[in-house]
Amino acid sequence: MVWFNSHQLTVLTFLPLAGALTIALLPRQAEGRIRQVALGVSLAVFALAVWMFVLFSPYQPGMQFTEFRPWIDSPPISYHLGIDGLSLLLILLTAFLTPLAILASWASITWHTKEFFLFLLALETGMIGVFTSLDLVLFFVFWEVMLIPMYFLIGVWGHERRVYAAVKFILYTMIGSALMLVGILYLYDVTGSFDLEVIRRQISASTIALSGTAQILLFLAFFIAFAIKVPMFPFHTWLPDAHVEAPTAGSVILAGVLLKMGTYGMLRFCLPLFPQVSRELAPVIIILAIVGILYGSLVAMVQPDMKKLVAYSSVAHLGFVVLGIFTFNTVGIEGAIYQMCSHGVSTGALFILVGMLYDRRHTRLIKEFGGLATTVPTYSAFFLIIALSSLGLPLLNGFVGEFLIILGAYHVRVVYAALAAVGVVLAAVYLLWMYQRVFYGEVTNEKNRAIPDLNDREKVILVSLVFVILWMGIYPQPFLRRLDLSTAQVIQSVERGPEYFAVEPTEEGR
Amino acid sequence: MITVQAGDLVRILPQIILSGFAILVMLFEPFLPPSRRTLLGWFSILGVAAAAAAAARTVESPGRAFGGTILADRFSLFFVFIFLGAAALCLLGSMDYLQRDNIHHGEFYALVLLATVGMCFMAASVDLIMIFLGLEISSLSTYILAGFKRHDPLSNESALKYFLLGSFATAFFLYGVAFVYGVTGTTNLLDAAERLGAPGKALNPPSLAGLAIILMFVGLAFKVSTAPFHIWTPDVYQGAPSPVTAFLSTAPKAAAFAVLLRILLGPLASASSVVFWLLWVSAVLTIVVGNLAALLQTNIKRLLAYSAIAHAGYVLVGMAAGGREGTAAVMFYLAAYALMNIGAFLLVAHVAGTGEHATRIEDFRGLGYTRPGVAACLTALMLSLAGFPTTAGFLGKFYLFRAAVHSHLIGLTIIALLASVVSAYYYLRLVVVMYMQEGQGEASRAPLPWALRIAMAVSVVGIFYLGLFPGGFAALTQLAASTHP
Repeated sequence: MVWFNSHQLTVLTFLPLAGALTIALLPRQAEGRIRQVALGVSLAVFALAVWMFVLFSPYQPGMQFTEFRPWIDSPPISYHLGIDGLSLLLILLTAFLTPLAILASWASITWHTKEFFLFLLALETGMIGVFTSLDLVLFFVFWEVMLIPMYFLIGVWGHERRVYAAVKFILYTMIGSALMLVGILYLYDVTGSFDLEVIRRQISASTIALSGTAQILLFLAFFIAFAIKVPMFPFHTWLPDAHVEAPTAGSVILAGVLLKMGTYGMLRFCLPLFPQVSRELAPVIIILAIVGILYGSLVAMVQPDMKKLVAYSSVAHLGFVVLGIFTFNTVGIEGAIYQMCSHGVSTGALFILVGMLYDRRHTRLIKEFGGLATTVPTYSAFFLIIALSSLGLPLLNGFVGEFLIILGAYHVRVVYAALAAVGVVLAAVYLLWMYQRVFYGEVTNEKNRAIPDLNDREKVILVSLVFVILWMGIYPQPFLRRLDLSTAQVIQSVERGPEYFAVEPTEEGR
Repeated sequence: MITVQAGDLVRILPQIILSGFAILVMLFEPFLPPSRRTLLGWFSILGVAAAAAAAARTVESPGRAFGGTILADRFSLFFVFIFLGAAALCLLGSMDYLQRDNIHHGEFYALVLLATVGMCFMAASVDLIMIFLGLEISSLSTYILAGFKRHDPLSNESALKYFLLGSFATAFFLYGVAFVYGVTGTTNLLDAAERLGAPGKALNPPSLAGLAIILMFVGLAFKVSTAPFHIWTPDVYQGAPSPVTAFLSTAPKAAAFAVLLRILLGPLASASSVVFWLLWVSAVLTIVVGNLAALLQTNIKRLLAYSAIAHAGYVLVGMAAGGREGTAAVMFYLAAYALMNIGAFLLVAHVAGTGEHATRIEDFRGLGYTRPGVAACLTALMLSLAGFPTTAGFLGKFYLFRAAVHSHLIGLTIIALLASVVSAYYYLRLVVVMYMQEGQGEASRAPLPWALRIAMAVSVVGIFYLGLFPGGFAALTQLAASTHP
C-alpha cells in the first residue's frame, strides 16, 4: 500500500499494459473472456483516474504525484512522472474513452479479437505515458511507441484503404518526431538535461544562452511535430484518411486522445520552453488556426460520408484549441484545455454513433439514409444531443470551451473572435444539415425500415457519454478549478520569458 | 626479430583457440556421417564460447604484444565479443539450414571460425600489415562461405563478385598502407602518428598522408559497403546462403569499422582535415542511397541488403561526430545492429524454405496468422531496424545522433533522421504484408528448429534489453572507447 501510494502514476500508466499481457496469455478462442478482461482492466484504470482526480489538489502549484528514478546514467535520462491539472484532465479523458471504445467494439470486432483488445490496451499505456512523462526522452519514447498499436488497429481492422491510411498516419507523425528528436538532443546539448522541470527552470532563470535563430528553430522542431499531430492546417491531410479507415474504436481514440497530444505538447513544451518565440509567432499560428477552423468546417459541410464529416469537424475544433492556446490569457488557455476534453467526448461519441449505424447498414453515406427518426427514435435522440454538444449549444459541454476561447481571442483582437465565431455558425450548419438529411423527412430507403434500434450495451455507452456531456456543460467548475494553477503557470512562463521587457508578475489565477 | 613471450600468446589466446577448433572441426568431419554433422556445429559453438572466456580473461591484462603489433585493450576486446557473438548466432542459425538445403559440410563451421579469427586480428592490431593479414584471412573465408551453395548459380555469382571486388578493395587498402610507410617509415599506427607529429618532419607533404588515409578508407569502405562503394552488396547478400549473409552483413562490417576507427579517429588522421568531410559526404550519400534504393526492392534479401548499407551510413554519422562519445556510440550501434540484422536474416533463411525459394516480400503474406510467433519476432526486428523506441535500434540511433548534435552536426543529424523515417516505410511494408494483406504467400510454415529458437530468443530479448536497460552496456562502450587512442 505504501508502495502504491508513492507509485500511483506508474500503476495508472502500466496497468493497461499488464492487462494487455494478461490477454496475450489467454487462449485465442476465449473471446468472451478476452473482452471481459479488456473491459475490466480499462474500468479499473478509469476508477484509478477518478480516484486521482479526487485526490488532486487544485491549490498546490507544480506537479503532483511525482515519481523520480534514474533510468539511464549517461546521458542522464530519468523515469520522471508527474501531472498537473492539464495532464490530469487528459488522463481522465483517456481513461474514460478507452472502456467506451472497448464496449463499442464488443460485437463488431470478430476478426482476431485477441490482438485487437491487446493493442487497444497497449495503446492506453502509451497515451497515459505521454501525459505523465516529465522527461523529454521518456516522453518521446511513449510518443513513438504509441504509434505502433494504432498502426495495427488501423491497418488490420480498418476499412478498404486501411493500409494506405495506416502507413500515412505513421509516416506523417514520424517526420514530426524526427525533427522533435533533433530538438530534444539540441536542447540537451545546451542545458545538459532531459528533465523538463530542470530545463524550464534554466530557461525562466535565463541561465542558458540561446541565440534568436536557435530558439526559433528549436520552437519549430517541437511545434511542427505537434502541429502534425493536432493536425493543424496545412498538415492535416493524414487525418481524414486515418479517421475514415480506422475501426470505430480507433477513430474514437484517435480523435478523442491522440489529437490532443499535439495541443498538449504545445502547452507543455512550446510555450514554457520557448516563450519569446511563441509570442513572436503567435499571430501566424493564430491565423493558421483560424484558417483551420473555417477550412475544416467548409470541407465538412460538403462531405458525402458521415465519418469524413466528423473527421473534418475535428480539424475545425482543434483549430479552436490552438487559437485558445496562443491567446496567452487565462480564459483562452483554460477554454482550450476544456475544449480539448469536450471535443474528445463529443467527437468520440459521434464516431461511436456513426459506427453503430455502420454496423447495421454497412454504409456511412448520408444519401443512403433519411427519415431515421421514425425507425430508430432512441438512436436519433442521442444523436441529436451529441450533435448539439459538438456544435456548442449552451448547457452542453462544447459551449463552455468555445465560449472561453472566443472570449480569450476577443481580448487579443476582435477580428480573431469574429472569425472564430463564424466557425461556430458553420459547425451548426454542417452538423444540423447532416442531421436533417439523415434523420428527418420520409424514409427514403427501404433498407432503413428494418434496422433495429439501440441495444442495452449501446445505451450504456451513450448514456454515460451524455451524462458527461451534460455535467461538463452545466457544472464545469470541478474541472476548471483544477486547471487554474497550471494555466497560470503556463501564462507566467510566457510572460516572463527571457529578454522580455519588464513585466510585473501578473495575478491572473482566479 | 620478435621474440615470443607467454604474455604475447595470452593476448591472442581467443584467436589461437578459434584456429584450433577450426582445425579440429576439419579433422573430425570425415569421421561423422552427414546426418550427425550438427555435432560439428555445436562443437564450433563450444569453441566460440571458449574463445569468449579467454577474451574475458584478457580484459584483466590489457597491453601490447608481438613487438607492438597487437594491442589487446578494451576497445579491441569489445569488438572481439561482437565477432564472437555474431559467429555464435550464425552457427546456431546455420546448422538446420545446411541440413535442409543438403550442403552440410564441416568446412562451413571451420570457415566461420577462421573468418572470426581474421576479424579478431583486424580489431586487435595496430600495425597496418597485421591488419591487412587479418582482413585477408577473414575475406578469404567469407568469399568461400558466400559461394557455399556450389550448385546454385546465384551463390556462385555472389562469391565471384565478392571475391573480385573484395580483392580490388584490399589492393586499395594496401596502396594506402604503402603511402603511410612512405611518409612515416613505419606501418605501425601508433609509431606513425608519433613520427608525423615529431618536429622537423614538416618536409613530408601532408597531402600524402591525406592520400594514404583516403586510399585506406576506400579499401575499407568496400568492406562496410558505403556509397558509392556499395554496388556489390545487394547481389552478394542475395546470392549467399542467408545465414552467411547474416554473418557477412554484421561481423566483417564491425571489423572494418574497428579499423576505420583506429585509422580515421586515431592520432594518424588528426594531421588531416580531409577526414571530416570524407566522413560527412560518405555518410549522407550512404544513408540517402541505401534508404531510397531499399524502397524499390521486392526481394526481402535485397531489401535488407540496402538497409544494411543505410545502417553503415548511420555509423558514419557517429564517426563524423568523432571523439570518445562518437566512438562509444559507434560501438553501441554496431553491437545493436549485429543483434537485429542477424536475427532478421536468420528468420528469413528459415522462412524462405528449402533452397530459399520464397524470398520475395509477397511470399510473407499472411505469415502473421499462419506463423504468429515468427511474424511477431520479425516485426520486433523490423521495428528495431527502423529505430522505434524500446528497441536497441532506437537507443543506438539516439546515442549516434546525440554525439552528432554534440559535435554541432545538426544538418547531418536532420538528414539522417528524416532518412530513417523513409526507412520506416520499407520495414513496415514487411509488417503490412504479414498482417494486413489477404492471401497466403509461399513462405515455409515449418516449425522453427531448436537451435534457431535459441538464436532468435537471444536476438529478440537482446534488442529489447538494450532498448529498455541500455545503461550498463552503454557504460561498457564508453569505457572501451576511452582506451581508444
